[in-house]
Amino acid sequence: MTDKPLTKNITLGETTDLTAYEANGGYEAVRKTVGKLSAADVLDMVKESNLRGRGGAGFPTGMKWSFVPMGQSKGHKYLVCNADEMEPGAFKDRLILEHDPHQLIEGMILSAYTIDADIGYIFIRAEYHTAAKRLRDAIMEAKLKGYLGENILGSGYNFELYLHSSAGRYICGEETALLNSLEGKRAIPRAKPPFPQVSGLWGRPTIVNNVETLCNITHIVAHGADWFKSLGLGDDSGTKLFGASGRVKTPGCWELPMGTPIREILEDHAGGMQDGYELKGFLPGGASTDFLLPEHLDLAMDYDTIMKAGSRMGTGTMIILDDRTCPVAMVRNLEMFFARESCGFCTPCREGLPWIYNILDDIENGRGRPEDIETLERQGAFIGAIGNTHCAHAPGAIEPLSSALKFFAAEFKQHIEEQRCPYSHGQGAN
Amino acid sequence: MANITVDGRIIEVNDADNLLQALLGLGEDLPYFCWHPEMGSVGACRQCAVVQYMNEDDQRGRIVMSCMTAVADGAIFSVQGEKASDFRKSVIENLMLNHPHDCPVCEEGGECHLQDMTVMTGHSSRQYRHLKTTFRNQYLGPFIGHEMNRCITCYRCVRYYQDYAGGDDLAAFASRDRIYFGRSADGVLENEFAGNLVEVCPTGVFTDKTLNVNYTRKWDLQSAPAVCTGCSLGCNIIVSERYGQLRRIHNRYNGEVNGYFLCDRGRFGAGYVNSDDRIPHCGIRNSAGIYEANSAKNTLAHVATLLRDAKTIIGIGSPRASLEANFVLRSLVGEDNFYSGLSGPEAEIGSLLLSVLKSNLKTPSLAEVEDYDAILILGEDTTNHAPRLALSLRQAVRNEAKNLARDARIPLWADAAVRKLAQDALSPMFILTSSDDRLDDVGIPTRLSPDDIAQAGFDIAEKINKAADHDDQVKITAIVEALKNARKPLIVTGSSSSSPEIVKAAIAIAHALTMHNDKTGLIICTDEANTLAVVCLGQKSFPEPGTGAVVDVAIVLENDLSLRMSDTALSKWLDQITNLIVIDSLDNNLSSRSNVIFPAATFAEAQGTYINNEGRAQRSFGAFKPKDDIAPSWDWLLRLCHDQNLLQDSQQFDELLETIAQSHPDLARVVDAAPKAGFREHGQKISRMTHRQSGRTAMLADVSVHEPKQPDDDNSALTYSMEGANEAAPGSLRAYTWSPGWNSNQSINKFQDEISGHLRDGDPGIKLFAGSSAVEHFFSRQSDPASVTSGARIVPQWHIFGSEELSNKSEAVGSLAPAPYALMHPDTAASLFVQAGDALKLNLGDAPSLPVLVDSNIPTGCVLCPVLASTRAYFHLSGGDGVLSKDEAWCTPDDDKDVITSDRSS
Repeated sequence: MTDKPLTKNITLGETTDLTAYEANGGYEAVRKTVGKLSAADVLDMVKESNLRGRGGAGFPTGMKWSFVPMGQSKGHKYLVCNADEMEPGAFKDRLILEHDPHQLIEGMILSAYTIDADIGYIFIRAEYHTAAKRLRDAIMEAKLKGYLGENILGSGYNFELYLHSSAGRYICGEETALLNSLEGKRAIPRAKPPFPQVSGLWGRPTIVNNVETLCNITHIVAHGADWFKSLGLGDDSGTKLFGASGRVKTPGCWELPMGTPIREILEDHAGGMQDGYELKGFLPGGASTDFLLPEHLDLAMDYDTIMKAGSRMGTGTMIILDDRTCPVAMVRNLEMFFARESCGFCTPCREGLPWIYNILDDIENGRGRPEDIETLERQGAFIGAIGNTHCAHAPGAIEPLSSALKFFAAEFKQHIEEQRCPYSHGQGAN
Repeated sequence: MANITVDGRIIEVNDADNLLQALLGLGEDLPYFCWHPEMGSVGACRQCAVVQYMNEDDQRGRIVMSCMTAVADGAIFSVQGEKASDFRKSVIENLMLNHPHDCPVCEEGGECHLQDMTVMTGHSSRQYRHLKTTFRNQYLGPFIGHEMNRCITCYRCVRYYQDYAGGDDLAAFASRDRIYFGRSADGVLENEFAGNLVEVCPTGVFTDKTLNVNYTRKWDLQSAPAVCTGCSLGCNIIVSERYGQLRRIHNRYNGEVNGYFLCDRGRFGAGYVNSDDRIPHCGIRNSAGIYEANSAKNTLAHVATLLRDAKTIIGIGSPRASLEANFVLRSLVGEDNFYSGLSGPEAEIGSLLLSVLKSNLKTPSLAEVEDYDAILILGEDTTNHAPRLALSLRQAVRNEAKNLARDARIPLWADAAVRKLAQDALSPMFILTSSDDRLDDVGIPTRLSPDDIAQAGFDIAEKINKAADHDDQVKITAIVEALKNARKPLIVTGSSSSSPEIVKAAIAIAHALTMHNDKTGLIICTDEANTLAVVCLGQKSFPEPGTGAVVDVAIVLENDLSLRMSDTALSKWLDQITNLIVIDSLDNNLSSRSNVIFPAATFAEAQGTYINNEGRAQRSFGAFKPKDDIAPSWDWLLRLCHDQNLLQDSQQFDELLETIAQSHPDLARVVDAAPKAGFREHGQKISRMTHRQSGRTAMLADVSVHEPKQPDDDNSALTYSMEGANEAAPGSLRAYTWSPGWNSNQSINKFQDEISGHLRDGDPGIKLFAGSSAVEHFFSRQSDPASVTSGARIVPQWHIFGSEELSNKSEAVGSLAPAPYALMHPDTAASLFVQAGDALKLNLGDAPSLPVLVDSNIPTGCVLCPVLASTRAYFHLSGGDGVLSKDEAWCTPDDDKDVITSDRSS
C-alpha cells in the first residue's frame, strides 16, 4: 500500500489511460463495492475515515453525505464534482485532472453509489482545456468498459457522468453558484438553508465535492478507514496535496501527510526562498486566507492548527510573500481580483470590495490619506464576517486584507506618509 | 403564532412570517429594499439586518437578515441596538457609493423608497472619493423611462419582471458593480405589466414616462381614490391631477382586487382625459347643421322643451358610464324606454354573469384566484381583455411549487429557495383559445375555433357528470381529471371571443364541478367596466333597428354606438331619430351626428359607482373639478330629471344613491361602497392633497396674483385641499398613500391588517350578490349563430393596447395599438384565395383592408382580426351584409424601397 495514494499514478507530462490505471489497481474499489456493499456500508466507511473536504472549508465529507435523503424517491439525485479550481495560487486539482482522470471518475462512481445519485457532473474551470480533453476521453473509456452508464458491471446501478466547462467566473467555485451556473442561470450563490443535499441541482438532492475529496474516496474504499487515518500525522486523516508559489526555489505541488509542518513543505519541498529573498509572510491556503508570518513556520498544516493560528488551511496551496515585494501592492492586486469576481448580488460585496480596491490603489500609488486605514478597517469589519454577506466570497476577500493591516501596518503607514510606494517596483506599478 | 423578543419586548408574531414581514406587519420601521411583500425574500440588499442572539447568555449575537430569518418561538433579536443599526448605516453608505445623488432632478424624488430608507438609517456623511460607475440608458418604450445610474442593484425589477410577471426581455446583465438591468437592446418592454416597475423599483431607475413629460412631485399632486375603467375587473387606482390636467395613475392597494399591481393599460391609458378631443361646452346644432356652443342653462332648457314635446323618448345607457348616470337616464326616459346599449353578445354574456352571481356558483376575487390549483380558461384572452386577471393566474399556477416547498419545509417567503426547489413545476392551467395566449408558457394550450371551444366545454361538463364517451382530440379526459382532482378548480371565461355559447359551456362546467367540489370558482369577464351595472338596470340591449317608428328624442349616454353596430345599421337607426342628444366626454362617430351635446366628465373628474365582474360595487372619486361646462353625466341627467319633476328627492349624490338602493333590491348595498359625504375623520373631511402641497405658484398669476379659493366638494367627504385628514381615512376614501417617513407607495404596509393582507378598515367595495340559489338551468349545447362570411368566421382578437375604446385615445397606449390584420391558418387563406402578403377587404363601408398573416397554429375556418375602432365593421356582419374577399388593389407597404445607389444621391 502506498503512502501517496493520490499521486501514485502520476508522471508529469503524461496521462494515465484506462489500461495503465487498471494495471495499477484501478477500478478495483468499484468492482468490489458497486452492487456488493450497501450504500450505508460505504457511508460508514467514509464517516469512519474522518475525511474532510479538500476544497477549502474542511467540512467532514461523511457528515455532508449523510444529509442526503435516502430510500425511494421519484426523480434524480446528483453528484457534482467541483473542478472549478480558480483560487489564486491553487493548482492542485489540475495535477490530478490532467494526469489521472480515472482516479476522479472512480471516486465519483463510488461517491454517487453511496448517496444513490444517478447523474454526475464535473464542473471544470474554463481554462483547463487539457484536463477537459483528457477527462472527456477518460469518461468515454470508462463508459465503453461498463464503469459508467446503465447497469454498471451488471450491478443494476446506473450512473451517467457529464463534463461541463465553466464560463470562467471565480464565484462558480462556490457550490451553490456552481449549481446555478450548471442550470444555465446567473452564477449567484444560493441562500442556505435549504442545503444542496436537500434542494440542489434542479431542486433535487445534490452533493458537491472537490476533486481531491472525491479521489480520496477511491482509496478509502480500497484500503479502509483505518489505513486512511494512519496516513495523517495529527488529528486529520489522509494525505493532502500541498503547494507553494512565489519566490521559492522550486515552486510546485506535493502529496504529503496531513499535518506536515509548514517549514518542511517550504524548505524541503519548495527548496526554501530564492537567494537574496527573505520570507516576509505567506497565505497558507490560497488568496482568500489570512497572512501568516515566519513565526508560524513550525505549525502543522492541518485544518484546526491553522485555524487556531488565525488563518485557514484552505486549499493547502501557499502563496509566499518575500521581503522585496510590497505587501500593499500584493493585497491591492488580490482585492482587484476579488472585486472583479464579485457576483454583484449583495451590497457589501458588490459595493464594498471596489471601494477597498480604490483605497488600496490610492495608497499604493501615493494618494493615500491617513483616514484610509480606518476606512479599510471599518469596511473590512462590515463585509468580512460570514452572515454579513450573502456568501463567503467577501469574507474570504477580507482575510488577506485584515491580516495585512495587522501584520504590515508599518508599510501601510509609510506609503501614506511618504505618498509613494517604498518598494522599487511600486511606483505606478499595476 | 410565536413569541419573540425584540429589543427586550416580547411580541407575538405569525410563525409563518419572516422577521421583517412580522415587524412591518406590526407597524414597526425597518429599512429594506430587495424584499417585496408579493415577491418574498432573497437577501440581496442586506439592508434589513438585525442582530440575533442564540440565547439569553449570548452577549455578542450575530448579524442576520430579518427578511431571511424565520420567527421561531423564543428567538431573541436586537433591531435598534448599536450593532444592528451601525450595520444598516454601512449598507446604505455602500449602496450610495455609486448613486448620483440627483434627487433634485429625479422623477422619484419625494416618493423615493431609497430616500426614505436612507433617512431612516441615519446615514448622512459621505467618505467615498473615487469615481462612480455610470451606465448608458435604454429606450424602453412609451411608458417607462430608464436611468440606470440611480440603480442600487436590489434585483427587484428582474424578480418582478421575470419571476412574477413572466417577462423575458428584461434581465440582469454583467456582474460585480457593473450589474445592468435592462434589455439586450433598446426596445419597447414586451410585458403587459411592465408599468409596475415604476412602483417596484425603490428608486428612480424605472419611472413613469407619461408623468415625466409633464412632471409634478407627488406632494404637489391632487389625487383621488378611483376605479380603473379599462376593463371589467375594477382595479383600484389613485388618479392624480395638477393644473387641471391628469398627470398619472398609481396603484391603490386593495387586498381583494388588484393588490400591489396594475396592468399597463390601466396605468398608462388615462391620457384621454387631457385629449384635445374633449368636449368642453354644451352645444346645439343650428339650422345650418353647424354646432354652436351654448350655455348649460340654455341647453338644458332646450332639451327640457324637446322632452316635454316628445311623444317617444328612448335612452341608451352605457357600460362605461357610472351606475348613477345609467340609473338617472333610466328614470328620465322610463324603464320601458331604457336600453343597456350593449352589443347583442355582450348583453347576453352580461345577463349570464348576473345569473351566475345570483346563483350558488362562486366567483372569486383576484386575490382568491391565486389560491386555485387547477384552472381551465375557456375562450378568454385574459391578458388582452381583462389583463390583471392574467397576472393573478400566473401566480395561481405556482401553487404546485408552494406545495413542494411546504413538503420540503421551505418557508414560502424564501422566494429563491422555493423557485429553485420547484423549478418548472406548475399547477395545471388548460388554455382553450383560438390563438396564441400570453399565458401559454405556464399553461397547457389547445387552439380551437370559438365554436369548438364551446363544444369542448360542453364535453367537459358532461364528462364531469358522467363518464361520457368522446373522441379525445383536445385531451378532455386530462382536463376533467385535473379539475376533479383539484383542491380548488377554477373556470375562467368571458366575452373576448364574443361567444355567449362559450360562456354557457363554462357555466355548465362550473355547475357540474360545484356538485363535486363546493370550492369551484367561475370567473366571467365582460368587455367594459360597468357592464354589470347596466345589465342590472336593463336587460334590453338596443331597440331593433329599422322598425320604422319615429323617435322624437334619443338620449345616448357615453356610448359610441358606431363601435357596436355596422354603419348601415347605425345609419338606419339614426334616420328614425329626430333629436339625438349625446352626453359624452370625447368627440366620436356618434357625437358628430348628434343634435345636442352635453360635455361629460371622465372618471378622473367625477364620482360614480362601478360594479366589477365579481359583483363588487366600488366608488370612484374624481381628482379635480372639470373645467369649462363639463359635469358628471349623472349631474346633467339629474338636472334634466328635475326639470321634468322626476327624482326630486335626489338632489345630492348620496340621496341619488339611496334612491337607487331602494328601487333595486340587487343594488341595495351600493350605498355602503364608500362613506357618505357627511363622513368626517377627527371632525375633518379627507384631503385630496398632501400636507406638503406647495400651494402658491405663479401658474395662474396672469389671471390674478391672488391664490384662488379651492372649489368645494359637496358630494363627497373629500376636499380639494391639503386641509383634512388622510392617514386615518378609510381605504375607499384615501386619496394618496403616505405615512410619516414613508413617502413612497410602500407605505401601504402601515395600512394593512397584515403584510399583503386586507386594509385595516376593510378593502374598499361591497360585494352585492351573495348568491345561494342553485343555477336556474343547466345549459346544453346548441349551435352558435356566428358571423360567417365565405366559410370563414371572423374571430375578434383583443389587444391590451388598442381594443379598449378610451385608453386607445391616450397617446402612449394608442402608439402601441396594432395595425389591422387578418390572421389565419394557411388552409383558410387558401380557401379565401389569398396568401401572406395579400389583403382581405369587406365589400361594404370604408372598413380598412386587412393584410393577411398566416400561422398554422390558428384553427382552420377562423380569421382573427384585431378589435380596433377601425375594424369594428368586421364584427357586425350579419346575413350576407358583407363579403370578405381579396383586396386586388392592395400592395404591401414598403417603407424601405430598394433603389439604385446612384439614384439615391440625385
